[in-house]
Amino acid sequence: MIVADNIHKNYREVEALKGVGFTVNAGEIFGLIGPDGAGKTTLFRILTTLITADSGRATIDGLDTVTDFEQIRKRIGYMPGKFALYQDLTVEENLKFYATVFNTTVEENYELVREIYGQLEPFANRRAGALSGGMKQKLALSCALIHRPAVLMLDEPTTGVDPVSRGEFQSMLERLKRQGITILISTPYMDEANRCDRIALIQNGKILTVDSPDKIIASYPDSLYAAKSDNNYRLLGRLNERPDVKRCYVSGEYLRVTFNTEAVPALDGVEIKPVQPTVEDCFIYLNSKRNNL
Amino acid sequence: MLLKYLLEKEFKQIRRNPFLPRLIAAYPIFAMMVFPWVVDLEVRDINLCVIDNDRSAYSRRLVAQASASRYFHLSELAATYDEAMESIQRNQSDVILEINPGFERELMRGDCPDVMISANSVNGTRGGFAGNYLSQIIADFSADIARESPGSLIEITPQYRYNPHLDYKNYVIPALMVILLTIICGFLPALNIVGEKEKGTIEQINVTPVKKYLFILSKLIPYWIIGVFILTVCIGLAALTYGLIPAGNLLVIYLFAVLFVITCSGLGLVVSNYSSTMQQAMFVMFFFTIVMLLMSGALTPVKSMPQWAQTITWFNPLRYFVEAMRAVYLKGSGFWDLRTQCFVLLGIAGFFSLWAVWSYKKK
Repeated sequence: MIVADNIHKNYREVEALKGVGFTVNAGEIFGLIGPDGAGKTTLFRILTTLITADSGRATIDGLDTVTDFEQIRKRIGYMPGKFALYQDLTVEENLKFYATVFNTTVEENYELVREIYGQLEPFANRRAGALSGGMKQKLALSCALIHRPAVLMLDEPTTGVDPVSRGEFQSMLERLKRQGITILISTPYMDEANRCDRIALIQNGKILTVDSPDKIIASYPDSLYAAKSDNNYRLLGRLNERPDVKRCYVSGEYLRVTFNTEAVPALDGVEIKPVQPTVEDCFIYLNSKRNNL
Repeated sequence: MLLKYLLEKEFKQIRRNPFLPRLIAAYPIFAMMVFPWVVDLEVRDINLCVIDNDRSAYSRRLVAQASASRYFHLSELAATYDEAMESIQRNQSDVILEINPGFERELMRGDCPDVMISANSVNGTRGGFAGNYLSQIIADFSADIARESPGSLIEITPQYRYNPHLDYKNYVIPALMVILLTIICGFLPALNIVGEKEKGTIEQINVTPVKKYLFILSKLIPYWIIGVFILTVCIGLAALTYGLIPAGNLLVIYLFAVLFVITCSGLGLVVSNYSSTMQQAMFVMFFFTIVMLLMSGALTPVKSMPQWAQTITWFNPLRYFVEAMRAVYLKGSGFWDLRTQCFVLLGIAGFFSLWAVWSYKKK
C-alpha cells in the first residue's frame, strides 16, 4: 500500500533522512517508532506530498508522491502532530468544511466517523479552539476520515495525550483497521509498538529494522536481566566497569544488563532477575550495534 | 463552487476575529474625520509683532489690514526692534513687521516707502509662509493705495484652479483613501496567509485536493471586497462632511481602485510567501509601505523630490493611484487623460501577481 524506497532529504547541512525504505501492506497498522528528531515528521511530510524528497521514491497505492500527488491527496487522510484545524470555526463547521473540500458530505461517510464524532456531538457548536486536548484529537481524526481515505497517516497522535485517551485512541484505530483502512502511525513511545501489526524503528534518519513487534523482540540476541540496588546510579558505574558486562543502561527503577558470560555473576546487595526484552531494549541494542559498526 | 465554500469560511473567520470587523468599521471613519484635520500643511494663526515707528493714518491702516487677515493675529506692539526680537525669543511672535518713520509722507509723495519683515524660521515652512503672506498683504495694501490715487496700476487677481480656496483637505483626502486601501489590502491578506502557516492549518489544507490558486483566491477576494467597500464609505464620508465630490467620473476611481487593490494584495502575497512568521511579514510590509507612501506624492509633491527619487517613484504603484485620485477628484479627469497611469498600474499589478504565483509555486 505504501512503499518508500531509499528516501533522502536534507535541510541545508542537516541530513534528516539518509536512505529510508519500507513497505506497508494494505490493511495493517504500521508503526514508525523513534525518538524526537529521528526523521518521522519529515518522512510523513514526504508521504503526504507536502514536500518532495531529494532522492528516492515513494508510492501510495501505486501512485507516485511527486507526479500523482493530486490523486494521492484524494486517498489519504492526514493528521499532523500539531492541531491544524481552524480554531475559530466550530466543531461542526470544521467537519463540514473538510467534507466539502474533499467534495463529499458529512452524511455520506457519517458511518465511518460516527463512533468518534458521536462523542463530540454535544459540543458541535463549540469553537474548535475551546476543546480539550483529547476532544481536539478526536475532531482532527474525524476530519481526516470524513472522505473515507484508503490510507490514514497519523503523525504522533498520542503525544501529549493522557494514558486513558491513548488506550481509547488505539482501540479506535483497531476498529478503523477492520473497516479496511491502512494506517501509518508514528510515535516516540516504544510501549505503543505492541499495538501495531508491524513496526519500523527509526533513528537519525535511518531505519534500524522493520518487522512485527514479536519478531523484533524474539530476535534479541542476549539474555536480559534487570538489576536494582539501593543506589542505582553507583551500580550503573560499577557494572559498566566490569569486563563481563556487555551493556548496562537505566530503564525505569531497574537497570537493564546483559553479560558476556552465560552465568550471571553474583553481586552483593544487588537484586538481579531475568526479564523479557521490550521493543525499547531492542531499539537500544540495534542502535548501539549500528553505532559500533 | 468550491470557491464559494472557501469564501464562506474566510468571511466566517473574519467576522469572528475579535479585532478585524471593528478595524474595518472604525478605520475609514477615523481616516476621514480625523486625519484631514491633522495632516494639514496650512499655516494659520501666525503671531504678528508690529513696530510702528510712523504712527500715521496709513501705517495704522496697514497694521489693521494685516491683523484682520485670517492668517495673522496681532500679538504685540513693540516700541523698538530689540523689544520685538525679545518677543520672538519668548515664542510670543512669529514674524515682525517694522514700519519706518516717514512711511505716510513717502507714500503721499509717490515714493516707495520701506517696511521690514523678519520671520522666525526655526520651522522653515511656517517662517516662509509667514513672510509670504505678509508681503502679499503689503502688496494688496499698496495696490489699494494706488487705486485711490489717480493713474492706477496693473491689478493682479490670482486664480487658483481646481482647488479655488487652496484647501489642503481637498488635496489630502484622496491621498488618505489610497493609504487606507494600501493597509487594508496589502497587510491583511499577507498576515492572514502567514497566520495559517504559523498555526499549521495550511498544512491540513495542502493535503486536500484543493487547488492552490483557489485557496489563494479565497484569501484575496474577501479583502478586495472589503477594500472597495471601505473606499465607498470614504467617498461617502468625504462628500457628507467636507462636501468633497469627485469632479470626474466615479467609475474611473473604481477602475483604479480595483487595479490598485490587486497590486497591493499581490505585494502582500509575495511578502507572505517569503516569510514564515507574522512578525516577519509585518515588518517587511511595514518597510515597503512606508517607503512607497513617502515616495508616492501622497503627502509631499513628487515634483519637489530630487531627480533620482523621482525616478524611483516610476515604479511605485501608490504614485499612480494618488495621481489618478487627485486628478479625478479635483480636476475631473476622465479615463483618457489618465490612460498612462492606468496602463502602468496594470503592468505593476500583473508583475506582482506573476511574482506571487511564481514564488508560491517554488515551494
